Amino acid sequence: MEKKTLFDKIWDAHVIKSIPDGPDVFFIDKHFIHEVTSPVAFLNLEKRGNKVMFPERTVATPDHNVPTVDQDKTIKDQLSRMQVEKLRENCKRHGIDLHDLGTDHHGIVHVIGPELGITQPGMTIVCGDSHTSTHGAFGTIAFGIGTSEVEMVFATQCIMQAKPKKMRITVDGTLGRGVSSKDIILYIISQISASGGTGYFIEYAGSAIRSLSMEARMTICNMSIEMGARGGLIAPDETTFNYLEGKDLAPKGEAWDQAVAYWKTLKTDEGAQFDLEYHYNAEDIEPMITYGTNPGMGVKVKDSIPTTDGMKENVKKSYIKSLDYMGFKPGEPMKGKKIDYVFVGSCTNGRIEDLRTVAEFVKGKKKADNITAWIVPGSREVEKKAMEEGLVQILEEAGFKLRQPGCSACLAMNDDKIPSGKYAVSTSNRNFEGRQGPGSRTLLASPLTVAAVAITGEITDPRDLIEELALEK
Amino acid sequence: MAYDKFDVLTSRMVPLSTENVDTDQIIPARFLKATERKGFGDNLFRDWRYNSEGNPKPDFVLNDPTYEGKILLAGRNFGSGSSREHAVWAIYDYGFRCVVSSFFADIFKNNCLNIGVLPVTVTPEFADELFAAVEADPSAEVEVDINKQTITLLSTGRSESFDINSYKKQNMKNGFDDIDYLLNLKTEIQAFEAGR
Repeated sequence: MEKKTLFDKIWDAHVIKSIPDGPDVFFIDKHFIHEVTSPVAFLNLEKRGNKVMFPERTVATPDHNVPTVDQDKTIKDQLSRMQVEKLRENCKRHGIDLHDLGTDHHGIVHVIGPELGITQPGMTIVCGDSHTSTHGAFGTIAFGIGTSEVEMVFATQCIMQAKPKKMRITVDGTLGRGVSSKDIILYIISQISASGGTGYFIEYAGSAIRSLSMEARMTICNMSIEMGARGGLIAPDETTFNYLEGKDLAPKGEAWDQAVAYWKTLKTDEGAQFDLEYHYNAEDIEPMITYGTNPGMGVKVKDSIPTTDGMKENVKKSYIKSLDYMGFKPGEPMKGKKIDYVFVGSCTNGRIEDLRTVAEFVKGKKKADNITAWIVPGSREVEKKAMEEGLVQILEEAGFKLRQPGCSACLAMNDDKIPSGKYAVSTSNRNFEGRQGPGSRTLLASPLTVAAVAITGEITDPRDLIEELALEK
Repeated sequence: MAYDKFDVLTSRMVPLSTENVDTDQIIPARFLKATERKGFGDNLFRDWRYNSEGNPKPDFVLNDPTYEGKILLAGRNFGSGSSREHAVWAIYDYGFRCVVSSFFADIFKNNCLNIGVLPVTVTPEFADELFAAVEADPSAEVEVDINKQTITLLSTGRSESFDINSYKKQNMKNGFDDIDYLLNLKTEIQAFEAGR
């Protein structure tokens, strides 16, 4: 029998038709939409006189541009308000489920999908957002699409896609203290580069990946796009099943048993071929931070910014342009650089485990005076849990400002903007120029590293503080 | 929605050699708040093109009258990051019909083909030649022929072929998008869905 990868199994099961020397007609199980990339798709759908073919397969929530304060009031920004109102109108007219602002399951689309149990192994999932790759943590083929494709999914529940090549990244071993899944993915991207995954779909494997919680796995799959890959996935296992069992929209009773039996078949066959493989040791991974303007420009927190030695002229030009924007120079150490803002949130690291990590670390301490500290839960459910567990109180006592759920300062479409020239260490996913506001300078890191920076006011290896704390005890 | 047909394009080039240009640079997130496809070309490369007061930055290539044309000649890994199709709308609405680079980000390339901007991938060597040619003579022209799948620097006659699958090629030549094709498969899709 032909040996197949997990990716092959799911992909092939969703191809309705293959066009010779062209793409596959690819069926989509679940479609997430938000206010920013859907309005033009709805508009064009209606212009052509088409209907949403399977409205029950689409789920909506406003997340990208929503304010993170006063969500019970009318949105002040007129354009944002119009987009959110348009989403409401469109969902109503086309019979699409909407998790609106202020409702129990409002939140970032990639946070609420898993929380509700919508995301399930073996599915194909798309959304007009490149971080749709997050859902791959459940053993799904999930990726971002453009607005034309959003319209295709509305009209036909299909898109036209050429099958990507297959890559496997294996991380074996045990992670050291103070090292998290965010460090794993930042490390991988720093090795492969921001374009090294282009044209591929990734499977993450190995004992270090297996040992991770679902939330930690989501962080890894989330950032697959940051190396150019369409998406990344992890074979479902007991961790996956335990997470899903009992979720609102997960199968129940006999249907659950049947689903689990099927999900257990979703793994790469022994001997199946990948187009490209990488292997890493967990022991080589340490707390990471970025220093430039793409996520591939990352180093260990304890290290220095790479020099330009041996760089080709055009590469060097772009490299220096990037460092100039950041106000950094080649060869400078990362540790000790002054920081102005910390941001904990986003579809990468805005889940309850992330808030727990930060709260545990800052408990009984105060943020540094030079730091403005924002914490934005990924969803209402995360917010609720954080209240119930007493995390909110700990964080507020440490000087963090807790805001309401949304994408927030990850892309600064709302008022949560880092001022021009200021430095923010963020748990989000992109350090592009101006990403967190015009002129803002972003450094990506794990929630633990961000917590350490909040306390010291400068770039800090969290392990240094953990050791100090251990000594104090 | 449908776009203008693409056949043979002969044009000058606008060079932007920066590598890893992400879609946040092509169109910053704060300009994604429209509910219809209108006015995106005005904000193409907004923060590179204008200062914080909204005045054009003279050193940015789009503000340099020396360069013009329907072809954007871009550095390696162009269009990375966000899947926002608005980035390609901005490029198209500004007046470009073709982007030439030695390496494109995947979703961006897909979005280009869906709305009628032709992404032409060339070898790094040919990209270097094109950059050198336009630097030496800003009026240097290239011919992009979708039928023959070739890109030619007219001053030297140097030419390369580029890849595009025959399905997308037909679409680009006719100004079609995928919706009509998919709608014709409605019966098959309904049957497939019923089996899930």
